[in-house]
Amino acid sequence: MAFLEVKDLRKNFGDTNVLKGVSFEMNKGEVVSVIGSSGNGKTTLLRCLNFLETPDGGLITVDGAQIFPVETTNKKKSQCNARFGMVFQNFNLFPQYDALENVTLAMNLRVENELKERKIKGAEKKRLRKEAKEKNEELAKSLLSRVGLADKMANYPCELSGGQQQRVAIARALAMSPDILCFDEPTSALDPELTGEVLKVIKGLIDEGRTIIIVTHEMGFARNVSDKIIFMANGVIEEIGTPEQIFDHPKSENTKAFLAKADEQI
Amino acid sequence: MDFLTVTQSLLEGFAVTCLLFLLTLILAIPLGLLIAFCTMSKISAVKGTFKVIVWAIRGVPLMLQLFIVYYLPGMLSPTGLNPFGRLDNFLYFNLGIDNGGALIATLIAFVINYAAYFSEIFRGGIESISKGQYEAGQVLGMTKRQIFFKVVLMQVVKRIIPPMSNEIITLVKDTALARVIGVIEIIKVADMFASKAIIWPLFYTGAFYLVFVGLLSVLFNFIEKKLSYYKV
Ligand SMILES: Nc1ncnc2c1ncn2[C@@H]1O[C@H](COP(=O)(O)OP(=O)(O)OP(=O)(O)O)[C@@H](O)[C@H]1O
Ligand SMILES: [Mg+2]
Repeated sequence: MAFLEVKDLRKNFGDTNVLKGVSFEMNKGEVVSVIGSSGNGKTTLLRCLNFLETPDGGLITVDGAQIFPVETTNKKKSQCNARFGMVFQNFNLFPQYDALENVTLAMNLRVENELKERKIKGAEKKRLRKEAKEKNEELAKSLLSRVGLADKMANYPCELSGGQQQRVAIARALAMSPDILCFDEPTSALDPELTGEVLKVIKGLIDEGRTIIIVTHEMGFARNVSDKIIFMANGVIEEIGTPEQIFDHPKSENTKAFLAKADEQI
Repeated sequence: MDFLTVTQSLLEGFAVTCLLFLLTLILAIPLGLLIAFCTMSKISAVKGTFKVIVWAIRGVPLMLQLFIVYYLPGMLSPTGLNPFGRLDNFLYFNLGIDNGGALIATLIAFVINYAAYFSEIFRGGIESISKGQYEAGQVLGMTKRQIFFKVVLMQVVKRIIPPMSNEIITLVKDTALARVIGVIEIIKVADMFASKAIIWPLFYTGAFYLVFVGLLSVLFNFIEKKLSYYKV
């Protein structure tokens, strides 16, 4: 059984069928790149996996556990969220927190939730909270160092370049130790000279063996790092295969046309 | 009438002004937040009701609202007695507070009126925060409450400080309306001098307002500076 299984995933916005039955699988440690022209439902697919949209049909299982459809109480929803991490095109850092706080915030709040759930009170609560906070800060520092921002931990998002902000966002997503990390065009909002530093960080994560789904228009990058390429067109997976299969021997006319266009742009 | 005596009397009136201002502010902010959430409710009946309430409160002069709050309960009560009048007596004989009933009526009207105005500022502030902030919190496993208090709130605070400082400064001066139902605030005190043909204390009250509003402006500037370390 594959680590992530998506079966016949469907999503409509009103009358528009954005996902018309998307099915694919991926194993632990694999990297899947999703390519395709604008408006074909790539972002919607990631948003469905991250519960930012509720699918209209289909099945999602991670590690054998069905996460959609599922009885959604709020609590369950946030537990499921921990399985996926998401890095957004436009970073969405929290402006009032510095880089370090951006990374620790959700970790610390998760500790609060756990303490509440275990009904721990008083001095014991204080002690556990303090311990956890210190541990979280250590982890956050090491994550920020790993994305090359050891010297920017005390800087606020408005004091960071786009590339630095995106690297903070990556560290922030990693902090929740997701099983599967999703990137939605992580470099599209960046100046060309800044995309390199972000792609390098993502490459580093891939080399560590993380399970990653990345929506991207960086064809060269997708080709180099992916185990599988998904080409989406009109709300379905038009073609799926290894980079060689998709880039060198595309079967579908749509894929060929898309790749020809992508080549032109370079 | 010498300057010091007048100053002392005006200060007594100004204490009432300040009390009214502070209590209104403290109570209207949470009520305004509550109304803001109601006007953004997903339940359309709640949303509609509160939009109408806000429209009505913002559409009628505050002075008229003072009259309504002060007189209407008495007119509706079977005894025909004004409850605020009775409250006046109660507070006077038990606690020695003069005019307490009128002050409470004023407070009720002011709090409702300002909560309505504040609610629109809060709503605007909350709705101006990008969806991405909520989504980032959500994918990081935060609860709705955590997202509001830990992520959104401080960004809203920063956005609403300029319009809030406007409203709050207006509130300082609106307190003068309270005299129409008998609250003895600073202008009422000056007016009592005027009725004895001593007019200048009336003009002198302006200095009190100016100093107070000046201090508030300094405070708002300070808060804005304090929050300038991040951009939203
Ligand atoms: N919240 C929404 N309400 C209505 N329609 C939506 C919504 N979100 C997305 N859509 C529509 O769904 C379609 C797919 O959008 P999606 O963002 O998934 O495309 P995409 O493949 O990510 O495109 P791009 O490469 O431009 O990012 C588009 O036609 C879009 O207009
Ligand atoms: Mg997209």
